Amino acid sequence: MAILIHSDTRVIVQGITGHQGQFHARAMAANGTKVVAGVTPGKGGQFVDSIPVFDTVREAVESTGANAWVCFVPAAMAKDAAYEAIDHELNPIVIITEHIPIHDTVKILSLAANRKIRVVGPNTAGIFAPGHCKMGIMPAHIFRPGPIGLVSRSGTLTYEIVSQLSRHGFGQSTAVGLGGDPVVGLSFIEVLGLFEQDPETKAVVLIGEIGGSAEEEAARFIPGNITKPVFAYIAGRTAPTGKRMGHAGALISGTSGSAETKTKALAEAGVHIAQLPGELPHLVEQTLGGNEFR
Amino acid sequence: MKLHEYQAKELFSTYGIPVPAEQLIENVESMDAIMLPFPWVLKAQVLVGGRGKAGGIKRTWNRAEAKELADTMFRQTIKGSPVRKILVAPSVPIEQEYYISLVLDRSHKAFALVASAEGGMEIEEVARTAPEKIYRRDIDPWRGLMPYEGRLAAKALGLSGARIMEFAQIAVALDRILVQEDAELVEINPLALTPAGLLALDAKIILDDSARFRQNRASNDEEATPLEQKAKSLGLAYVELEGCVAVIGCGAGLVMASLDVLNSMGAKPANFLDIGGGASAELMRQGLAIVLEKPGVRSVLINIFAGITRCDEVAKGIVDYGPQVPISVRMTGTNEELGIRLLHEHGYHAFHTMEEAASHAARLAREEVR
Repeated sequence: MAILIHSDTRVIVQGITGHQGQFHARAMAANGTKVVAGVTPGKGGQFVDSIPVFDTVREAVESTGANAWVCFVPAAMAKDAAYEAIDHELNPIVIITEHIPIHDTVKILSLAANRKIRVVGPNTAGIFAPGHCKMGIMPAHIFRPGPIGLVSRSGTLTYEIVSQLSRHGFGQSTAVGLGGDPVVGLSFIEVLGLFEQDPETKAVVLIGEIGGSAEEEAARFIPGNITKPVFAYIAGRTAPTGKRMGHAGALISGTSGSAETKTKALAEAGVHIAQLPGELPHLVEQTLGGNEFR
Repeated sequence: MKLHEYQAKELFSTYGIPVPAEQLIENVESMDAIMLPFPWVLKAQVLVGGRGKAGGIKRTWNRAEAKELADTMFRQTIKGSPVRKILVAPSVPIEQEYYISLVLDRSHKAFALVASAEGGMEIEEVARTAPEKIYRRDIDPWRGLMPYEGRLAAKALGLSGARIMEFAQIAVALDRILVQEDAELVEINPLALTPAGLLALDAKIILDDSARFRQNRASNDEEATPLEQKAKSLGLAYVELEGCVAVIGCGAGLVMASLDVLNSMGAKPANFLDIGGGASAELMRQGLAIVLEKPGVRSVLINIFAGITRCDEVAKGIVDYGPQVPISVRMTGTNEELGIRLLHEHGYHAFHTMEEAASHAARLAREEVR
């Protein structure tokens, strides 16, 4: 088992004929993911390797029985594309696209919430369940199947931590990138809840960063809801106030959103805190100890 | 992108929000023609917060003193920002100061109307000391802010009579600005109750940079340093810091973590540059040029965890640029053998972990001092 996606997830790649879409559709398929269709308006009838391309999501769903959707289209087209996916009840939808206007994201998320559809992103590296399914751009070779669930606001930092965990023998059940934008679909809380119920996941690594209050909300949620050990690293301890640190959502405003307050809240909730990313595997090792976690 | 007060007030006027009769000046001479009644308030048009305490707001009773104050203001910087324009405002009789804003609520995933009868002070301060004095209500993204919701807020703030409808009109106009201009924040603080009605004495608008493709507006990001603007024009996320180790990496989170690791080793980062995923050699070259343009950089930490990025491209960018400042490279992931080989051929070493590379960069910076 994994969370959100599994071996039977049938994926549509929106924007499959574009440079990124094509590259990552191939990478996902090479990883055993059932990439059953691509959609690019105007390019229906073409193929990317053996993946059929359709003009509309409707045709893709009707022809292939697709049930999940990952988006690589440019920001200006993302709202239209996401509405199309939501209208056809694809679930989850994963939006890799960066720089979507905030008002578009708010509407996409509102529509999806009304239809009970889970959105991952925007501005995310996606979801990867090693050995099952990949929806996104995470480099598969650093992962290995195992008992650690990962949830993160950052792509490359996830790769950094995954590769360190893998090197120390700790594999991953599922890695979920929430996205670096100020407003995103799934939150730490929802993903923590899913990991709690996933029998394959024995412990959770939470990778946060400055900006917003998603980590503080997770800290309030953990006691009483999460029985599995949780480990965390919060990036941006040394970031200045008032500057966006690469991610649109990584911004300390006034006194709120700093790494210090997030770390403190999580520590008080019983989360094991790594001050630096390199400490995480050792922390996991010390806490979980035995080999049954590897 | 944050707008200046005078720019935000121009938008307010366009959307029917009452603003005082003010005059914008760019030099002292033009003050001779100003016919506003005294006293005047001179407001430096800078984007930094807390300009009042930093000498950016002055009140005066006569023209001669006004010109002297303006002259000083034009020569001065407010928290590092030069003063290019001053807004000359008439003093208005104020009965009460209110606060109103439409702001993104990240956890509710919606914009919210926030209002308070405690105007004129920092809303964060009110939130901390007297949260019960703040009214907030989510805005439905599909129907927008309705006038009745503005009236509810007005009642909650203690307004009465015709002021209730005035307040609601302002709230609705703010919502139209928010949506039609693709803003992230619109704020009036203070919104003053005067004998003539409600008046926006200050104005803050932050526009969403991501909506530029449909908004056809010029970029005048004066808050950014020249290097930050240059990086932005190349599509790179760059932030200027105060130390002496330049930092380049792919991906915001990884670069933030690199700063944390450097700091833990006692080395202060000079800047933050995210070259993003899939960077070309040319982009890496330009990135190096930007981080090294900052004076006082003693070493460079380059931290590459390549997913969609190719290590050989990054290495080619480094070699092409040929930095004059010592560099410490961490390189792993896609095509790392090719990248590391290219670096070796040109006399550069590549580390396998971030910690090793950061520690080396810190050492290089220390050695440079001696």
